Amino acid sequence: MYEDLIGPFLRYGFMQRALFGSLILSVSCAPVGVFLMLRRMSLTGDAMAHAILPGAAAGFVLFGLQIIPMTIGGLLVGLLVATGSGIVSRFTVQKEDASMAAFYLISLAAGVLLVSWKGSSVDLMHVLFGSVLALNNAALSLIVGVAIITFVALAVVWRALVAECLDPLFLRSVSRIGTPVHLIFLTLVVLNLVGGFQALGTLLSVGLMMLPAAASRFWSNEVRSMCVIATVIAAFSSLGGLLLSYHASLPSGPAIILTAGVFYALSAVVGRRGMLPSALMSRRHKTA
Amino acid sequence: MLKTIRFATYASLITLGSFTSSATAAELKVVASFSIIADFAKNVGGERVEISLLVGPDGDAHVYEPRPADAATLEGADVVLVNGLQFEGFMSRLIEASGTKASVVEVTKGIEPIKSDEEDPNHESEEKVEAGHDHEKAGHDHAHEGHHHGEFDPHAWQSIHNAEIYVKNIADAFCEADKGGCATYTANAEAYVAKLGELETEVKAAIEAIPADKRTVITSHDAFGYFSHEYGLKFIAPEGISTEAEASAADVAKLIDQVKHDKASAIFLENITNPRLIEQISTETGIKIGGTLYSDALSKSDGPASTYIDMFRYNVNTMKAAILGS
Repeated sequence: MYEDLIGPFLRYGFMQRALFGSLILSVSCAPVGVFLMLRRMSLTGDAMAHAILPGAAAGFVLFGLQIIPMTIGGLLVGLLVATGSGIVSRFTVQKEDASMAAFYLISLAAGVLLVSWKGSSVDLMHVLFGSVLALNNAALSLIVGVAIITFVALAVVWRALVAECLDPLFLRSVSRIGTPVHLIFLTLVVLNLVGGFQALGTLLSVGLMMLPAAASRFWSNEVRSMCVIATVIAAFSSLGGLLLSYHASLPSGPAIILTAGVFYALSAVVGRRGMLPSALMSRRHKTA
Repeated sequence: MLKTIRFATYASLITLGSFTSSATAAELKVVASFSIIADFAKNVGGERVEISLLVGPDGDAHVYEPRPADAATLEGADVVLVNGLQFEGFMSRLIEASGTKASVVEVTKGIEPIKSDEEDPNHESEEKVEAGHDHEKAGHDHAHEGHHHGEFDPHAWQSIHNAEIYVKNIADAFCEADKGGCATYTANAEAYVAKLGELETEVKAAIEAIPADKRTVITSHDAFGYFSHEYGLKFIAPEGISTEAEASAADVAKLIDQVKHDKASAIFLENITNPRLIEQISTETGIKIGGTLYSDALSKSDGPASTYIDMFRYNVNTMKAAILGS
């Protein structure tokens, strides 16, 4: 048992790196996911993940397989898409989901075009994504950097962020920091997605952001504890997924996300606010 | 019934294609699916053929995304050369969509395909179909499970013996499409096959020089099954036959163990795949990366492997140097 759980991490350097990288990513992604969910932007993460592809692709086309240009490219394009769709929705009748869809699709198509125009037919996904099994020092530093920035930024804007999640009108009435906070938050989303690409190697990296966050909702009503629960679930998903990948010989990225999916399903059923307790509760009310 | 109709249509298309081309063209318009086949076609066709290429140098045909221009190229072609064995996943639909009247030739026709899902190296002997074929015990237990194109490993050109069959098939296809040039094509093909024969002798000698217990190397995807089969060098890879598959932790761990038990003596990048996984394995095991091998595509014309013969020689020399240097 002990050998099965700990052994792989003691024996192989790449497993240690994979675990370290995905744990750090869990700590930094999960709280961001909680806020995305509370702001009803759960699908925005997915859209943004596609939106930043062309930025990363541009970085690759110009500088080759270098993490920093690819990250900066992704970040810039991600912010462009986020603010662009925000501006359209603010100044027109269009709602943000529609403008976001439009912007990310434009962005994604531009990215695919860019890569094909460059003439390289090496698969875009293979180029742009790392693998959790191949985290080199540059990728690990990127993930740690992202986590630190996320932590500091969340600590600074926490109150405003919570206020905006719960009552954006109130926040707007008492102060004007709503817009900058929103921007900072979107930056964090994009940063974490870029970090996630390096670590998990697929678009699935959004899964480590959203699934634990969605699962945490079944356990708590309070933002802070939701963040903690989501982080714990993400961390266990990373650990479980890596072990699954090791023992069952499954691709690591999907294994981690599927483990998170199992946590989500369990939480939805047996969580404190999940289906089973609610059903019991309502029966008790009826009998009482 | 449907099948017969389809076959009849197909057959008539081929004859139709050959009639028109033999009537009009002293030159033959040929489309090759990827760079290695194009190189063969160039050697067989010489001046008489005009060759267009779909997946260019350093491109990955496993995952190529075709463009409208490709369909247009196909439409104007007399002969379309594809590898077959489900190597070019994009090809059949593209050919259908382009409505080309060209004859489509699978150049692997007549080779003995290797099964791609060999988990147990002991099954090796059953898969070697041809009796009396000279081979050493070349177990390739792929370090992957079940990720592959189809039933067979399509990377057949990694054996020079198969390359000769490719060349013959191409010459036959050209002869059928352009009867006037047949003598030239046959002569060119013979000359080229002779060169391939020399190359094979050279390759065998180079591999003889490598001690038998050092003949295991690591590459990023399983592209060298036929090479291994023919020349007795063993290849292990984290990615499986197709570059589309993703590695699992178990695969990577297995590779690292094999290296640590001194079972693999060199590790190589490939020109078409992401280097990061191989770099990680290299740092973890302390084996230096021995260079880049050209597996599924030639290099650009200024690179070290711009023709098939150069590619093969380059690969073998790179491997030999890395193994003997270790």
